[in-house]
Amino acid sequence: MSSEQALNAALLRSDRFRLERETDWTRLESIVSKMEKGKAGQLTDEDVLALPTLYRTLLSSLSIARENSLDAGLIDYLEGLALRSYFMVYGTQTSFGRWLGSFFGGGWSRAVRAIQPDIWIALLVMIAGAVIGYILVAGNSDWFYALVPGNFADARVPGASEQALRETLFGAHDGDGLAVFAAFLFSNNAQVALLAFALGFAFAIPSILLLIHNMALLGAMLWVFAQRGLTIDFIGWLSIHGTTELFAILLAGAAGIHVGRSIAFPGAKSHLNAASDAGKRAALVMVGVILMLICAGLLEGYARQLINNSIGRFAVGGGMLFFWLLYFFRFGRQTGRPGA
Amino acid sequence: MSSKAAEPWIRRSANPKLDRVMVTPEGVSLNVTVAAAGARAGALALDIIIILGLIVLVTIGGMLLFWGFGLASADSLENASGPVQLLAVLWLISVFLFRNAYFLYFELGDRAATWGKRAVGIRVAARNGGRLTAEAVIARNIVRDIELFLPLVFLTSGEASGSLTDMTAWAGFLWVLMFLLFPLFNKDRLRGGDVIAGTWVIENVKKDLGDIVAPAAASSDEAAPAAQYQFSDEDLSVYGEYELQTLENVLRSGQDDALERVAASICQKIGWEPGSGDERIFLEAYYTALRARLERSMRFGRRRKDKFSTEHQAGTGGDPRLP
Repeated sequence: MSSEQALNAALLRSDRFRLERETDWTRLESIVSKMEKGKAGQLTDEDVLALPTLYRTLLSSLSIARENSLDAGLIDYLEGLALRSYFMVYGTQTSFGRWLGSFFGGGWSRAVRAIQPDIWIALLVMIAGAVIGYILVAGNSDWFYALVPGNFADARVPGASEQALRETLFGAHDGDGLAVFAAFLFSNNAQVALLAFALGFAFAIPSILLLIHNMALLGAMLWVFAQRGLTIDFIGWLSIHGTTELFAILLAGAAGIHVGRSIAFPGAKSHLNAASDAGKRAALVMVGVILMLICAGLLEGYARQLINNSIGRFAVGGGMLFFWLLYFFRFGRQTGRPGA
Repeated sequence: MSSKAAEPWIRRSANPKLDRVMVTPEGVSLNVTVAAAGARAGALALDIIIILGLIVLVTIGGMLLFWGFGLASADSLENASGPVQLLAVLWLISVFLFRNAYFLYFELGDRAATWGKRAVGIRVAARNGGRLTAEAVIARNIVRDIELFLPLVFLTSGEASGSLTDMTAWAGFLWVLMFLLFPLFNKDRLRGGDVIAGTWVIENVKKDLGDIVAPAAASSDEAAPAAQYQFSDEDLSVYGEYELQTLENVLRSGQDDALERVAASICQKIGWEPGSGDERIFLEAYYTALRARLERSMRFGRRRKDKFSTEHQAGTGGDPRLP
C-alpha cells in the first residue's frame, strides 16, 4: 500500500493527522541525529535553513496531538523529538572563537564592573588581613610560624640576617628551571583562586577567611623584611608579579563574595535565580582570573628572576596594575549590558 | 480536579518524583525527567576514570620522551636541559587542563554531556528552559573543584604527608560528604554547581516513531477482515484512556499469549463469545473503535481517564491547560 493509499484508507482522524506529517518529523529527526553526532557539517544548506521551521511545526504537531490523539506511542515520540530538537535549536550556539572575542572585547570588563561593591569588600578584607598578620607577628614573632607554612619560609624567618634576606630577594638564580617553576606557580595559584571563588557558595564566609589567611601570611612576611630595612625591596620583589596575582586573587575573592552575598540576600528574586545570575557573572570574572594568573606565573617565573633591581620591578609591577585598572574600569563601557 | 487529570499529557513515568515540565520559549510545555542520583554518580565515576586514564597516558608518554632525552643528554631533572624542561611544563599544563577543561569542553558541545554522561544517557540543560550559556557551564564546573577534587586532594595529600590528625580527617570527610550528597537533599538533584549556574541534569530521550498501532483495522475498506466486527456503544463504553493505552502496548509488543489473554478478558467484559485464532484482528478492531470513540469525545473536551471514572468536561472552571 502506498502512503497515498494509506492516507486515504486510514480510519482514524488522528492516524490521518500522523500520516500527513510524518515525513517532516522523520526529516527533522535525521537532521537532529546528525547534529547530535557532531556531523553538523554534513548537513545541506536547505536542511540547516529548514531546522527552525521544522522544529516549530513539530511543536505545533505535538500540541495538536496532545489534544486530539490517544496514540500514546506517537505522543511519546513527538515529546522526545521535540526535546531533542529544542536542545539543538537552543543549544550553546556561540562558537568558542566568537565567545572569546566578546569576552575580551568588553564582556570581561563589564563582569568585573558588575561586581564592584564586592571588589571593595574583598579589598578591605585583604588589607585587614595583611595588617592583622603584620601586627600579630610584630607583637609576638612566634605567630610567624603559625601563619607561614614551613616550606614557604626557608631562609625568610624572624631574626634572619639582612644578608640572608637580601639573598632571597636578589639571589642569582640560573635561568634553568624557570619555565617549570612558572607553570607550577600558575597551577598552584589557579587552584587557590578557584577555591576562593568556589567557597563563596557557602555564604562567602570561607572565601573571606581564605583571603584573610593568605594576606596575613603576606603581612607576616612583610614584617620580617621590615625588621631589616628591606621593606621597599620586598615590596618591589612582590610587586612585579604581585600586582597581577593579588589583583587576580582579589577578583576571585570578590566573585566568591558576590555569589555568597546573592545567596544570602537575594533581594526581590528567588534564592535560586539570584544564585544563578550571580554565578554566571562571577564565572566570567573567574575565566579572567585564570588568565591573569597565567600572566602572574610568567612574571614570577621569568621576569622576577631576570630583573634584579627594585626600580625595574616597581616599573613592571606598576605598569601591569595600571594596565589592569585601565582595562577593567575604562574599557568597553558603552557596548551592551553586563553579562550579555 | 487534580492537575494530572487536567493535564493528561503530563508524563507519569517510573519515578514520578523526578518528572518535570519545562516550558520552551515558544510556550509549549515539554516533559523532562531529572537524572537520578545514581545515574549522576555513575557518569561522574566514568569521567573520573577517563580523566585519570588521560593523565596516566600523558605521564607515560612524557616519561618515555624524558627517558629518550635523558639518555641523549645524560642529565638529572635538577639541571634539566631545554626539551626536558618544556616537557615538564607541558605535563603540568596538560594535567591542569584535564582536571578543569575536560568537563568544560564536552559540556559546551552540542550534546552538553561528557563521555560519562553520554554513556548513561543524561545531559546538562538550563533550568529556565532558555539557552545553555558558556558562562553557566563554566560556573557549574568551577564549583566542581570544591565538591570533588579539593577534598580528594586534601585527604590523599594529608594522608601521604602524615600531617592528617584525626580531627582534620573527620572535618575533611564531612566536607566531602556535605557537597557530594548535596544533590540528594533537593528535589531537582542539583549539586552546588547547578545551583550557581542555573542548570540541571536531565535524561536524554530517544524514542523511535512506531508503526500505526492497528494497521489491519485502520482501514475503511469494507472487505477487510476487521470490518466484520461491529461494536455497539455499550461495548465501547466500558473502558477509558488508561485501558486504551494498555491495549496499545499489548498490540505494539505483539506477544501471542498476551493477545489471547487480553482478548478473552475484553470478550468477557462486553459479553461476547471469545473466538480463537484471530485475536489480533479482533483486538485491532476493538482498539480502533474504542480510540475513535474516545478521541471523538476528546474533541468535544470530554475525557475519560480509566474504566472507573466517568467522562469529565475538561474546560470547567477556566482552561486548566494555561500555566
